[in-house]
Amino acid sequence: MSAIETHRDNLTSKFGMWLFLFTEMLLFGGLFIVYTIYRYKNATAFHLAAEELSVAVGTFNTIILLVSSATVAMSITAIQKHNKKIAVVLLCITILLGLVFLVNKYFEWGEHLREHIFPGSNELALRGHGDVMFYGLYYFMTGLHALHIIVGLVLLVIITISVTKEKINSEDFVFLENGGLYWHLVDLIWIFLFPLFYLIT
Amino acid sequence: MSTQQTKVEPSYLEHKGKYKGIFSWIFSTDHKRIGILYLYSILTFFVIGATVGLLMKFELIAPGKTIMTAQTYNAFFTLHGIVMIFAVVIPGLPAVFGNFMLPLMIGAKDVAFPRLNLLSWYFYVTGVLLVIISQFFGEGAPDTGWTFYAPYSFRTAGNMLPAVFGAFVLGFSSILTGLNFLVTIHRLRAPGMTWLKMPLFPWTLYATGWVQLLATPIIGITLLMIVAERIFNIGFFDPTLGGDPILYQHLFWTYSHPAVYIMILPAMGAISEIIPTFSHKTVFGYKFIVGSSLAIAIVGYFVWGHHMFTSGMSGVALYVFSLLTFLVAIPSAIKVFNWISTLHKGSIDLQTPLYWAVAFIFVFMIGGFSGLVLGSLAADIHLHNTHFVLAHFHFIVFGGTGYAFFGAMHYWYPKITGKMYDSRWANIGLLLFLTGFVTLYGMMFYLGYKGMPRRYYDYDEIFHSANIISTMGSWIMYSGLAIIIINLFASLKNGIKAPSDPWGGKTLEWTVPSPPPAENFEEIPIVTKGPYNYK
Repeated sequence: MSAIETHRDNLTSKFGMWLFLFTEMLLFGGLFIVYTIYRYKNATAFHLAAEELSVAVGTFNTIILLVSSATVAMSITAIQKHNKKIAVVLLCITILLGLVFLVNKYFEWGEHLREHIFPGSNELALRGHGDVMFYGLYYFMTGLHALHIIVGLVLLVIITISVTKEKINSEDFVFLENGGLYWHLVDLIWIFLFPLFYLIT
Repeated sequence: MSTQQTKVEPSYLEHKGKYKGIFSWIFSTDHKRIGILYLYSILTFFVIGATVGLLMKFELIAPGKTIMTAQTYNAFFTLHGIVMIFAVVIPGLPAVFGNFMLPLMIGAKDVAFPRLNLLSWYFYVTGVLLVIISQFFGEGAPDTGWTFYAPYSFRTAGNMLPAVFGAFVLGFSSILTGLNFLVTIHRLRAPGMTWLKMPLFPWTLYATGWVQLLATPIIGITLLMIVAERIFNIGFFDPTLGGDPILYQHLFWTYSHPAVYIMILPAMGAISEIIPTFSHKTVFGYKFIVGSSLAIAIVGYFVWGHHMFTSGMSGVALYVFSLLTFLVAIPSAIKVFNWISTLHKGSIDLQTPLYWAVAFIFVFMIGGFSGLVLGSLAADIHLHNTHFVLAHFHFIVFGGTGYAFFGAMHYWYPKITGKMYDSRWANIGLLLFLTGFVTLYGMMFYLGYKGMPRRYYDYDEIFHSANIISTMGSWIMYSGLAIIIINLFASLKNGIKAPSDPWGGKTLEWTVPSPPPAENFEEIPIVTKGPYNYK
């Protein structure tokens, strides 16, 4: 076992992470196909339903995620430059931004729920099949994305603790890099979700 | 112990790790121990699945109710399907022999991510347990078949959630194994082992790894959507809410057809190892075998529609899927020609693994050709959802993967256990198994051609005699299976000690002692020659 545990190969770890990100993209890829098909079938209903979503909140969340992606990338540079303190601060900002994203999502979903627009509600059923599909996909895709945000946040918390304990340092920071990659993926998926649900009207 | 060697490394079976007893297995990150964990779990679930199959065949011995009600029969074919597909044949060769042999064959000390490897075993066990739990709790066992077709899968009262989620977890385990092997093959090959000096079993694991990685997420998301349908009633696949059940079938088969190649590619790889070893001859057309593995993996993505010829698709789509189905048969045929040509003019050593390999080619070809019958549009309209389809995929999935699994088991048994098995009983077992197999599934071709549908516990009187023969076949096959398994277990105790290379194999796993030491290689070998160098 000794050879295995002392053996460390950063390129291998990153390679594995990239392959894992492929599978994540394909996971959402399946949903993008479903979205495309139902949008094609219910073009008008999707158009009208998308206009009901708040572009302002969506834009705000997009900016939040973009900035958080930048801060996590900067924390990697900080670690490389032996600056542990700045790295921790940047990671904390990233986590904070992720939380703000979730809070926004909470209010956004809460608004829809107050209007009785959720899968299985009478209100939604009365509006017709197109709206059922739009909101079904909306809840499912943004919900799955939010789940990824939560996973990413847990990862980032573990990483931040490791940085403070100097398990992640300027010599060995591949865990931070991989966590950063995951966070970028979560950001990237949102970059696609945002136009699909908020902008294409 | 041996006196010739200056230093004797303890084998992986004796190696003292951090933990003792059972924990030295279930907490081990040694790829060989994880391979054994998979072997025992897969064997257990295989016996469960086979027993359920045996009971189903007994039900079909006569029309009407014999031993179970229609609902029990529905639950049984669902359980049989989920267990055999997701828990036995998909992980089968990669998880057991891939784990054990891949690092040995490419000259590495372990896979790239040993802890992830162990994690994927835990996912595997969790997934199967969820599927089994679904049988005993809630509103009744799942009764949709392993395909979970919508909209029935979210309307049935059956306990679908754990079963579907279990399949999702099994998929996750499969992804992690595939990812691990891909990275291992890219990064950990021994110095000098260029891509085209790599043995063929690792090559097929490589092709399989890509399929696992790129196809499994699709079933993952599809199963999650079924879960969401059941919990939140969203309506993705529900026609009354504007959803499209055919879309479910597309998504399902987009994974589940490539999954067929996850099952068969490593099987082909194992056969490609066995045949040169027992012919004592370099494999014929190495590059063609490699290329055809990759071709199968790629073309295999684009043929899923042939499961849905009667579901409703445009005419153009039908033609295209039919054509691609015929095309995907070509690389498989190339491999068969390669194997036969390898045997040609070889100095053949008739041993149990070679018998398995030849039996594999026999049943695999019947399965392959019947697949072409189903791939042609007009014939499929007649044969769709009949026993013919059942016979076809048992010949190709069970006949392909199952025979290769047992072939690999008998080939690598001395390496894994350090013991030789009793080849006389092994051969008797194989003969019974093959006889029973052909009787059991061969009759199904006839029954299906005559119009007997699948998944019914009852049938018309005209199918009676053929069903009796088929059921008797299941008894013969099951007894053959029992002999094979008992013989292998008995040989663990009674077998004579195996040398490091009992068959005269030339790949790297035969250069280390049997059973291999915990660290595999004292020194990482330097490879200068191709894998089957018999000159």
